Amino acid sequence: MAKIYSKKELASKNLKPKKEVVSFLLNYSQALTVVKVKDKSFEIIAN
Amino acid sequence: MADLHIPDALLVKNYIEGNETALSILIKRHESKIYGFIYSKIADRDISNDIFQDTFIKVIKTLKSNSYNEEGKFLPWVMRISHNLIVDHFRKTKKMPMYRETEEFSIFSVMSDDSLTIESKMIVDQVEVDLKRLIEELPEDQKEVLVMRMYQDMSFKEISELTDVSINTALGRMRYALMNLRKIIDKHQIILTN
Repeated sequence: MAKIYSKKELASKNLKPKKEVVSFLLNYSQALTVVKVKDKSFEIIAN
Repeated sequence: MADLHIPDALLVKNYIEGNETALSILIKRHESKIYGFIYSKIADRDISNDIFQDTFIKVIKTLKSNSYNEEGKFLPWVMRISHNLIVDHFRKTKKMPMYRETEEFSIFSVMSDDSLTIESKMIVDQVEVDLKRLIEELPEDQKEVLVMRMYQDMSFKEISELTDVSINTALGRMRYALMNLRKIIDKHQIILTN
């Protein structure tokens, strides 16, 4: 059996987060409204 | 492609003013740098995705609540958020359970000192010295194979190549070496235990 000496490169430039994560973030952003009343802030998430 | 020419600061401003597309451009532009940074520290795809998601949830909340005031330094700011979340992750996972000594529970039931006592160390040393002396008594060809196998951790294939004999001969010499050692030990009634 050939031995593999090369190590997996951790900080590869082509790494990307899952598509689902990005799409969740975009949907979350669209749904979120932050309302500030005096020194308090309220997060409203629209369904 | 026109997106490439819009600076981060302007995209952040547009996003705060309600332009949702600006966020998707910012994510697309920096996702691999930020995700790569997280993955380089975490080395686990799923946890890295979680931390990436938490990072941008913080970004979104901060921007939407108008608390962002670092114009022009969007990427370093996001990197700092993800760095803090990575530190939090390690704090959570590396936390040691705490034990408190009570009447029913002794702390020494979970703690132990595995190192040898002075007496056992002396016995081990003595056994090793005795064994080396016994090995010296073996015929040269058997001694050679035994030393190579046990002390130099070589395979029988390597031993056979080095001593220029077949693997079977090397195996046979090892067998005779062990048999002879046992014979000498029995004959002189030597006790080799610790």
